Amino acid sequence: MSNNEQVITIKYGAKLKTLKSYLIGLFLSLLLTFTAFICVGDHLLPDKALFILITALAVAQLFTQVICFLRLNMSDEGRWNSLAFVFTFIVVFVLVGGSLWIMYNLNYNMM
Amino acid sequence: MTAITTDHHHDHQLHADETDVFGFWIYIMTDCVLFATLFAAFAVLHTANFTGPTLKQLFSLPYVLGETMFLLASSFTYGLAMLGVYKKSRGTAVFWLMITFVLGLSFVVMEVREFMHLYADGNSWHISAALSAFFTLVGTHGTHVSIGLIWMALMIFQVLKYGTAPSVNKRLTYLGLFWHFLDIVWIFVFTIVYLMGVI
Repeated sequence: MSNNEQVITIKYGAKLKTLKSYLIGLFLSLLLTFTAFICVGDHLLPDKALFILITALAVAQLFTQVICFLRLNMSDEGRWNSLAFVFTFIVVFVLVGGSLWIMYNLNYNMM
Repeated sequence: MTAITTDHHHDHQLHADETDVFGFWIYIMTDCVLFATLFAAFAVLHTANFTGPTLKQLFSLPYVLGETMFLLASSFTYGLAMLGVYKKSRGTAVFWLMITFVLGLSFVVMEVREFMHLYADGNSWHISAALSAFFTLVGTHGTHVSIGLIWMALMIFQVLKYGTAPSVNKRLTYLGLFWHFLDIVWIFVFTIVYLMGVI
């Protein structure tokens, strides 16, 4: 094979990175970021709706970047990485949710 | 495309590489938990501004948008650098790594300026729990980015010296995980600290 452009096809526990996935990731991230900033900056929605919207946009951008940039997936190689990610999310959920619950309760009882 | 031979050593190396990357990924996950605790502290304390100003009064959304653009762009250009590494093109890799470095440095410079202005105006971490939590969370993220920049500079030298050798490829993979992870944390910083702070 006289192909001068050798391409490394070894995957490091994630899908192979491609220009296409990076471009999609960039485009989506920009879209989500600008939407969030414009909605808050111009106060396009009532407060509660804004909170929910930007949270949703942040989570969407999280998934965008994890899938498009980090290329996390459930293939044979990627399964363990994805599992660690899910576990971490559970730990974070307990930590943050639990802390907020406790402190809210404390605050209420100390009023 | 290079055909991957399946001799025993190569197979072993392949699996060793995946295991090593998994190990680094586990570290990234612990870093995630660290940031989660800082976020939790911030969430509890962000309204505790004592006699100082509310955080809302101190933030500039256009400025933060600028920071966000620099960091997002750097995450993208790092991807372009990795594509150069995969194509075994040393020049492409170094070029995009340098661009990534400049973009990342711009982010850090902007953040340092913001901190310096806050401090100079008397709005330091000393005066309230809210500002304490703010500086800790955002500062920790900024410190991570700065260390990433040092690592990146070292990797640029390594690529220049050793080219796209497998060991260099591996280290760039780790740095890539680190760098993308920092942009992901920043998504939550600008959302929870700045956007929610201003609503």
